[in-house]
Amino acid sequence: MRIDSIQNGIVIDHISAGHGMELYELLGLRNADLPVAMIMNVVSKRMGRKDIIKIDADIPVNLDVIGYVDPKATVNYIKDGELVKKVNIQIPKMLTNVLRCKNPRCITSVEQELDHVFKLTDEKNKVYRCIYCEAKAGK
Amino acid sequence: MIRSILDVLDLSVEEIEDLINLACDIIEHPANYAEACHGKTLATLFFEPSTRTRLSFEAAMYGLGGNVLGFSEAQSSSAAKGESVADTARTVSCYSDIIAMRHPKEGAPRVAAAHATVPVINAGDGGHNHPTQTLTDLLTIYREKGAIENLTVGFCGDLKFGRTVHSLINALSRYTGIKIVLISPMELKLPSYVKKDVLKDKGIPYVQTTDFESVIPDLDILYMTRVQRERFFNEEDYLRLKDSYILDPKKLTNAKKDLCIMHPLPRVNEISTQIDSDPRACYFKQVLNGKFIRMALILRLLEEAAKG
Repeated sequence: MRIDSIQNGIVIDHISAGHGMELYELLGLRNADLPVAMIMNVVSKRMGRKDIIKIDADIPVNLDVIGYVDPKATVNYIKDGELVKKVNIQIPKMLTNVLRCKNPRCITSVEQELDHVFKLTDEKNKVYRCIYCEAKAGK
Repeated sequence: MIRSILDVLDLSVEEIEDLINLACDIIEHPANYAEACHGKTLATLFFEPSTRTRLSFEAAMYGLGGNVLGFSEAQSSSAAKGESVADTARTVSCYSDIIAMRHPKEGAPRVAAAHATVPVINAGDGGHNHPTQTLTDLLTIYREKGAIENLTVGFCGDLKFGRTVHSLINALSRYTGIKIVLISPMELKLPSYVKKDVLKDKGIPYVQTTDFESVIPDLDILYMTRVQRERFFNEEDYLRLKDSYILDPKKLTNAKKDLCIMHPLPRVNEISTQIDSDPRACYFKQVLNGKFIRMALILRLLEEAAKG
């Protein structure tokens, strides 16, 4: 399979196999009017299998979203066909408007203008809780 | 940053000890505090009905020589016109020095605290937190037992939806020598996340049972709870579970002579009225303690706010 290199844009690499689509959705790429390549189950020496997303445009990406889905991923910024910056992702302590609280008793269920904010409460098990009602985030 | 109290865990063990000591001093010397909040106003924003909590906040502020304004149901506030919690908090901050807020939606007092310019006390947000109830419970335990340590505390009834239970277990987990006994029907068991995050992770010994009478002789404290109709989506489930445990004189036959029976009230029928005259019944003392601990909390928050 051949996917052309990009000239100016972003490559999200080392995504654990199977997490690429979730990241694609959460980054809002489905509705973005941009050339995007979603490459799944590529053989990787380090990971066995991995997913890759290539975005052929220099757009801002929410690193917190990437860190939430897969903190092992790397983000490569490409300019004029060259790698100009590589970012290792951290698991975010807070997530704002990435997830929605599904608790019908939460204040966010009735006050539409409120940000949906989740806090990392258990890093080992990657548990996020709504800062208002403390409901666990459901992926 | 103005300090608000939204969860009992917003207070350290030392701060709770200070509040308990202050409440005890208020009980001993009420005249010394009769003008402590002269010229200050408490706003009670109650978006859902409450008898004890609202009246005890109001009684607390009057006992400190302060004033009270507010509303006791959402329909008599601008919430009925669609005003947001944030705007209500901003507005009420202009008229008051401290806010006590009850709201049916979980997290609403946190939203209020983020926008108010005065301290906000969570007076209950749905099934989530009710810190002043927990402070009331801790003061009651302290006054009845002389210390909050080396106690076997039984919780009976609705342990699934009972916010007072979760909150008190959380608070007690910070004291030494506490053992917990959980008594409930299978359907109303303590949620597994409370068991894991609080009891297991903090190494608190606990027993879970459906057999009330087998564990009652072990208890120093018995915390009864009501099966709350408003927490059920399904009326049938409520009717099936509401009479699971009823405390009557027969059940107390083998209980300790100095058992302390508590209940956050209101009760329906889970404690027989025959128990009311038993010296071990502490639930009406608990109501009175609620006023004193709220006086202590209002005083301390206003002192902190004055320091800026």
